[in-house]
Amino acid sequence: MQQLIPLIPLLPLIGFVINGLFGKNLSKTLVGAIGSGALLGSFILTWMCFHQVGASGPIQSVAYEFMRIDQLHINFGFLVDQLSVWMMLIVTGVGFLIHVYSIGYMHDDKGFYKFFAYLNLFIFSMLLLVMGDNFLVLFFGWEGVGLCSYLLIGFWYENRDFGTAARKAFIMNRIGDLGLLLGMFLIWRTFGSLNYAEVFSQVSGADPALLTTICLLLFVGAMGKSAQIPLYTWLPDAMAGPTPVSALIHAATMVTAGVYLVARCNAMYSLAPDAMHVVAVIGLATSIFAAVIGLRQNDIKKVLAYSTVSQLGLMFLALGMGAYSTAIFHVTTHAFFKALLFLAAGSVIHGMGGEQDIRNMGGLRKYMPVTFWVFLIGTFAISGFPLMAGFFSKDEIFAMTYAHGGPLWWGLGGLSAMITAIYMCRLLYVTFFGEFRGTDTQKHHIHESPLVMTVPLMVLALLSLVGGFLNTPHFLHLGNPQWLAHWFAGNGVTNIPVIPMPEVHLEESTEWSLMIFTTSLAVLVITALYMVYQKTRNLPVADTAQTGLTKLVANKFYVDEIYNALFVKPIEKLSKFLYHYVDIQGVDGVVNGTGSGVQFIGGLFRRLQNGNIEYYLIGMVIGAAALMLTLFL
Amino acid sequence: MLDLVRTVPIEYYLLYSTVLFIIGVFGVLIRRNAIIVLMCVEIMLNAVNLLLAAFSTYLGDAQGQIMVFFIMVVAAAEAAVGLGILVMIYRNTKSTDISLLDKLRF
Repeated sequence: MQQLIPLIPLLPLIGFVINGLFGKNLSKTLVGAIGSGALLGSFILTWMCFHQVGASGPIQSVAYEFMRIDQLHINFGFLVDQLSVWMMLIVTGVGFLIHVYSIGYMHDDKGFYKFFAYLNLFIFSMLLLVMGDNFLVLFFGWEGVGLCSYLLIGFWYENRDFGTAARKAFIMNRIGDLGLLLGMFLIWRTFGSLNYAEVFSQVSGADPALLTTICLLLFVGAMGKSAQIPLYTWLPDAMAGPTPVSALIHAATMVTAGVYLVARCNAMYSLAPDAMHVVAVIGLATSIFAAVIGLRQNDIKKVLAYSTVSQLGLMFLALGMGAYSTAIFHVTTHAFFKALLFLAAGSVIHGMGGEQDIRNMGGLRKYMPVTFWVFLIGTFAISGFPLMAGFFSKDEIFAMTYAHGGPLWWGLGGLSAMITAIYMCRLLYVTFFGEFRGTDTQKHHIHESPLVMTVPLMVLALLSLVGGFLNTPHFLHLGNPQWLAHWFAGNGVTNIPVIPMPEVHLEESTEWSLMIFTTSLAVLVITALYMVYQKTRNLPVADTAQTGLTKLVANKFYVDEIYNALFVKPIEKLSKFLYHYVDIQGVDGVVNGTGSGVQFIGGLFRRLQNGNIEYYLIGMVIGAAALMLTLFL
Repeated sequence: MLDLVRTVPIEYYLLYSTVLFIIGVFGVLIRRNAIIVLMCVEIMLNAVNLLLAAFSTYLGDAQGQIMVFFIMVVAAAEAAVGLGILVMIYRNTKSTDISLLDKLRF
């Protein structure tokens, strides 16, 4: 098994090389088969690893020594423990489904082979990120997924706005990456190693202030990658990419890298309560803020994007409350239902011939039954409808929030969840119920997606239905309670739990009442909105007709504009100043001055060379005579 | 033979060579006919040859005279090449005036 570990990231890399180099000349079927097949291979290997880890603990494998500079000694090593194998399952499993879906979705695109090459490269990077046994390998993956995200957001690069969105995502991620990099430097200085096992075994003796700084710096990296306030604005813009990309990268996997990072470093965070507090505050704030913006978006993908930001906020809230395994549990269920929602939205866009504005949809239930049903399941799952995936993971987050933060935190978290239910139901009802509002050509074009797209949707829908049972709370006595938390609590390489069991000290009655309260709230919202949109045909108004607070929300609180005025414009001004005065007049002046100075002196001396032979001869004689004279004198 | 050479004091040879050499230099500098310039170069070479031969005899060392032969060979080659160039110049410019050759410049 140990020898097979490097093969898991290697298979997608091989897929990337084949599709990237030769894909242009291969048939689309073959390109799709290579891309998906590589992932299927990785998934099977990961599944074998999963069993191995369950049976005999973590597996370590060193591919080769990466560098050795003085004391710095880094291996290109893989660590497959309970946490990373779980992330690998999500990445390869959901990734495989999305690859299959893409065969149908991207079928008419001229960049088909390129798309699959990028997707495989992304999976490779993401696997490196979660499989690395030290921070540097993680950083490789971290940068790799950022690059792939950039490439795929700007996949349709002929559109200028899409290219801009790609750049925005890349630059904002770079800001976060700087934090991560500084955090790594500090870890190296403090612990003398970047290896997880070596670092985490030393944390108990470290200076708390230093530990807090490290945790905060790492969290800055997580903020960028996982789109938290203040670095979240790139994620909604990232919807410029093809929909499978939004599903895979900007919902299911890459954006959860920040959650993974914090969960991986739980040994450090647990000793830095101040950093935990910051994580929780940022998570909660992001969750509510993004959810509110999501209420007034009319682009089907934008709603889902803000929903993703909001759900990521909830994950960070859980992390801040010390419920690391709960956060990963929510990562898992979120990967199921958000990938499902995005792919279903993609199916809608595909069927509508590229239309993304929900105001031009409506009544799609009749035309796209499969898409409708899976979208319904996804919506109910994210809204926390009883016994579905989001129900269990969110409920656990709120229980942990109540236990560690108190009623106020719990209330605010619940508010975010309620808003989530509201905008998701609004999306569902406006898109699939009522009368069709598009043009006649659209009505003519509209069709259910092919099987290659609907089958992955159905698989994801099934996972969204049952995914919650991975980690049911104790008091429900359902199946195998807290299975996932127990799984993560298994011993890692250093014989301490990978993620310790979360400690909840709540009465069973309290847990029951919390659950009943949030559940009834979700059901209430779902029904109430059905009334609003089904009975009264209440439709979202045009952008120009919005006033007051709704206008503020519809324009995303003008955060982009504020960032533009605060950061982009001053930097642009500074750049222009540097360009005109420092570069053109300063640097260019010196360089050009050197050149023209040499030319001027040359101009003086070139008069000596006038082509007149007698003149040269006289020069030669005088020279020879002068030489002779110096010899004699 | 040796005595015959030595009947003339070395200073005379020196003076004579110098005069020949200066005639050559001035010929090169002030004449504009390329053939005469070449001839003046030959005069300069021969002035040196004479001096070499004279010193070699006075010092009783044959090396100087061997040098003379070398110089004569090189001078012959030089004259051949020089005259060859001259013929080409004449064909192109219909003249042997070196002051017309002013293309070799910036």
